[in-house]
Amino acid sequence: MDTSLKIVQVLVSKGFNFFTGVPDSTLAGIIEELTQQNRYLSSVREDEAIGIAAGAFLAGKSPVVLMQNSGLGNSLNALTSLNLIYSIPCLLLISWRGYQGNDAPEHLIMGECCTEILSAVSIAHRVIQRNSIVEDITWAKTQIEANNVPVALMLTQATLK
Amino acid sequence: MTRAEAIHIVLEKLNNELVVVCNGFPSREAFAFRDSPKHFYMIGSMGLAPAIGAGLAFANPSHTVVVLDGDGNLLMNMGSLATIAAHQPKNLLHIVFDNEAYGSTGNQATISEKVLLDEVARSCGYVTVKKSLDQTSLLRTIDEILTAPKPGFLLVKVSRDAKNTPRVSIDPPAMTTRFRGAAKGNP
Repeated sequence: MDTSLKIVQVLVSKGFNFFTGVPDSTLAGIIEELTQQNRYLSSVREDEAIGIAAGAFLAGKSPVVLMQNSGLGNSLNALTSLNLIYSIPCLLLISWRGYQGNDAPEHLIMGECCTEILSAVSIAHRVIQRNSIVEDITWAKTQIEANNVPVALMLTQATLK
Repeated sequence: MTRAEAIHIVLEKLNNELVVVCNGFPSREAFAFRDSPKHFYMIGSMGLAPAIGAGLAFANPSHTVVVLDGDGNLLMNMGSLATIAAHQPKNLLHIVFDNEAYGSTGNQATISEKVLLDEVARSCGYVTVKKSLDQTSLLRTIDEILTAPKPGFLLVKVSRDAKNTPRVSIDPPAMTTRFRGAAKGNP
């Protein structure tokens, strides 16, 4: 099965039911599938997407925010002064551009430090592996429900190829 | 008309709506005037009040959502005007109290004297856009816009005068829990 489709199916089966974000080429297949299923609401900036997801959570939804790791920079104030202090969770599905130093120059610095940035603000993260998609998404859901905080799943281009 | 007076007029007209208030003095003034489990007061994440309101509105179409915003807040994330206008939530009213200043940090000037925020909202595609320059017009306009087709946008021009108002005293996680409980109920 196509990996993007599999990820969408597992996310939905685990109860995630509100999807927003800003696209990346790595996430294109996932966003296309979500759009076809009429589940995706486009945002214009990553911190806006986090705000929209927070509103959805306040209305009882279990939200997912999709973004390229460059968007993590745009998102830090929302994560630290909204989600983390109000106990408002979301799943961050982040494409890891610049992974292992292989990418265009604008992706290299964030590629090297994005998981350290997540760790620095105490957001748990894990890289989705193709052979453990169900386990990885289940782990994220368990973390979210136990701690009411955002959790990040990182996606590399290689995983989706 | 001060911002606090304008916020009081608006809150007096609301009934069962879910309300998101931007950070800074607007949250403090709303909290000091009238608290409710249906109020969500931001203390950080400047610029995200309309995003939070939009998420609420999309996820809960049967509830009317009112966003109480400021000019500095809106200018920080003006893209949300585009997002809301493009996706057209039929249950969202966006009210901006415009004092042309960053009131919570010492009244430094914003640029809303030159950039007409109601015209920006209209250009983006909000269905109903109104502006109120004084108390008399706000009392009339708020009634009109509450029942007008949405997404709606109301720009309320206010003075920079503000009393020192205490911070919102609710613990943020407790606010999340009580708001989620209130949002579940019938509109």
